[in-house]
Amino acid sequence: MADEAKTVPLTDNTLVVDISDALSEKDKVKFTVHTRTTMKVFQKSEFLVVRQHEEFIWLHDRYEEEPKYAGYIIPPPPPRPNFDASREKLQRLGEGEGTMTKEEFTKMKQELEAEYLATFKKTVAMHEVFLTRLASHSIFREDSHLQVFLEYDQDLCARPKGKLQQLGGLVKSLGNTTDQYYLNATVRDVNDFFEQQMNSLTEYHSQLKEATTRADRMTEKHKELADSYIKISSGLLQLANSDNGHLDKFLARVADTYEKARKVESRVASDQDLKLADTLRYYMRDSQAAKALLVRRLKCLATYENANRTLEKARHKNKDIHAAPEVQEAEMAQSVACEQFEAISAQAKEELLDFKTRRLHAFRKSLIELAELEIKHARTQQDLLKKSIQGLKELL
Amino acid sequence: MAEDKLDPPPFFENVNINNGDKEEDLFVSARQGPVENSTHHVTNGDSNDADISHLKMSESKAELETIPISHEPDSLEAAELEGRDEFLEISIGDTQKVGEGMGAYVAYRVTTRTNMPIFKRTNFTVTRRFSDFLGLHDKLTEKYLKVGRIIPPAPEKSVIGMTKIKMGSSTEGNQNNGSDFVERRKASLERYLRRTAQHPVLIMDPDFREFLEYDIELPKATSTSALSSAGVMRLFNKVGETVNKITYKMDESDPWFEEKLAHIEALETQLRKLHTNVEAMVTYRKELAALTNGVSRSAALLSACEDHNSLSRALAQLADTEEKVESLHLEQANTDFYILCELLKDYLGLLGAVRDAFHERTKLFQHWQHSEQMLAKKREAKAKFELQNRTDKLDQANVEVIEWESKVERGQESFEKISQMIKKEMERFEKCRIQDFKVMFIKYLENHLEHQAQLVKYWEAFLPEAKAIA
Repeated sequence: MADEAKTVPLTDNTLVVDISDALSEKDKVKFTVHTRTTMKVFQKSEFLVVRQHEEFIWLHDRYEEEPKYAGYIIPPPPPRPNFDASREKLQRLGEGEGTMTKEEFTKMKQELEAEYLATFKKTVAMHEVFLTRLASHSIFREDSHLQVFLEYDQDLCARPKGKLQQLGGLVKSLGNTTDQYYLNATVRDVNDFFEQQMNSLTEYHSQLKEATTRADRMTEKHKELADSYIKISSGLLQLANSDNGHLDKFLARVADTYEKARKVESRVASDQDLKLADTLRYYMRDSQAAKALLVRRLKCLATYENANRTLEKARHKNKDIHAAPEVQEAEMAQSVACEQFEAISAQAKEELLDFKTRRLHAFRKSLIELAELEIKHARTQQDLLKKSIQGLKELL
Repeated sequence: MAEDKLDPPPFFENVNINNGDKEEDLFVSARQGPVENSTHHVTNGDSNDADISHLKMSESKAELETIPISHEPDSLEAAELEGRDEFLEISIGDTQKVGEGMGAYVAYRVTTRTNMPIFKRTNFTVTRRFSDFLGLHDKLTEKYLKVGRIIPPAPEKSVIGMTKIKMGSSTEGNQNNGSDFVERRKASLERYLRRTAQHPVLIMDPDFREFLEYDIELPKATSTSALSSAGVMRLFNKVGETVNKITYKMDESDPWFEEKLAHIEALETQLRKLHTNVEAMVTYRKELAALTNGVSRSAALLSACEDHNSLSRALAQLADTEEKVESLHLEQANTDFYILCELLKDYLGLLGAVRDAFHERTKLFQHWQHSEQMLAKKREAKAKFELQNRTDKLDQANVEVIEWESKVERGQESFEKISQMIKKEMERFEKCRIQDFKVMFIKYLENHLEHQAQLVKYWEAFLPEAKAIA
């Protein structure tokens, strides 16, 4: 995945995490998480554990809950493995089996299997990116929950996630959005920079979301278009077979061209998906995470303002008493809140900058690769067509 | 120019009294509004000239028709157009919507360039409307189908498409309203005329030449209108024919026909399937173009709210590139449609015309067989009379036998003739088909190639923009 995360040079092998294997069982995916490390907190320098998606979410939630990470952008959690689309397509293909020739059916099935495999690989990659971002982050990698996640050779209690908990998750995310609106409406930001960042991030996130959906629909349709070549190719071949000796060679050659062009178009679709749609998707989720950081900061600001108000009240109430304990307590609380708010603001500023560079790098890489692949595929197709035309002209 | 395209001057309708114009459908009468046009026509010397020449034309045509067409010299066909240095190119240029409301129609400008001496000039243009094309097809069919010629079918009528045109007001400048439909129809009318002109006999037909050459209104072809009484009659005839086609099975004595028919049927099935799938591809590609446009717009919006300069610029460029890709998809969809899809559709129609010719042969066979049966009956009767020695009836019977003998002879002769003709026509048809397919597929792939080359250029232009992100 396009992610040149945090400041860790390539030679750093303090904590290196990858997913060495993944297994799909019914609706569960089991990821084998492989760790190599020089950190002393681990008992061994290399080990494997098996984890499921819910455990990744559990880990993500631990980071989000931890106050000391409040000033950081927490890497977005990987999306839930979802193979429904592939399954549904396979089912539809099965229903339509009667309407096509055996060859067409086989080819369509092969395409779907390839698609399923690609989705599976992507799912694994998303989970891996989540872990590598944590592992390469100088603060996050010290976290004890992460260490448990990587090392503990048993199920973590996070699983199985019941319906109730899923509902809880929904309520939580709903809470987060309403938090944002509530805080936006009630807390007057003292800092223009953050206010503007919040606005532009919100806008940016929603645009990314829209762009992702549109890119997905485009690539999906492109795939469909590529698949439609299957039937044309086989139709031409059948036409060739029913033409006794006049056009058979010619049409068979055209059919062959379609078959080859189909493969190229199919690659175009999947590369657009990989380079464009997935980059947009990742940054849609990353910008969401950045937004979450800003909401946390606003919450902090709210706490600070409350502390101020409490202090005011305490002073007012105890204005005749010298060094009243209530006032002292409030002063303490106020200064802690102030410190916290200052700290989170400073940290957030840095993180936002970091988010920007990360995004810049990722988009640069993906867009360059996208353009290069588009050129490559169009050239391949150009060559293919040139050769076909030449071959066909010889048959004239 | 514009006036020329307008409604028929009244004198024309007067000439064709026997055409049954009186029972025209009501839509036409609503259209007879602009009187000033007709006066313009009458005072125009040119159009009077044209009128006279037209009358002459129909005279000579009448002469021609008295000669049985099957007797025309074979040399005409032997010399295919390509064999000589003669050429004839037909193209349809501008179209124009004429009139408003239900009486509105589209006028097509048909331009011909030729060096054939049979035409008076080398370059001429006429204005025709869709029903004229149908009328031409009907005339050709009437004359040549019965002798077993394969008549290229005229494009199908489309009530929906036409209604769009009629409803769409031209003054609003609503270009999209049915302009796609007119473009498609124009292309298919052009292909229809070219196919007809390709035929060595049809190109010589006076009606066809008149259609191309005489820039005057043709008599309204009433029978082509779907709502006219003739149209209804035609429908009945068609139903009858279809029933006959289904129910009557002739014992084929000629293996050539059996084989050809099987081939045509197989071809039809495969073409139909392929046509459906190509249509699906066209739809997918158009949808893809629309969705690419969505991505382009999204990239533009992202660019607007991206606060980093170079990334914002690259996204704007991406939007630009995707927009170009969108139009490329559309162009390719047009290539898919106009070259590939329409070729297949035309050939489905042409195969129908081949079947029609085959069916004519079946009808003649039926006719001949019927005569044979009658002859047998008459002979039987004659033998009976001879046995009974009824001399009074014998004479009559003798006459009848002779009469039916000659009918059988003629029946057999015309059956053999049509069989011969169909074989010859099929040979030509197959040659054309093979040539058409080869040329069209190569043209299709060449177009496709061009689009891919353009695609390379677009992305190559984008690449430095992506690299400039910093």
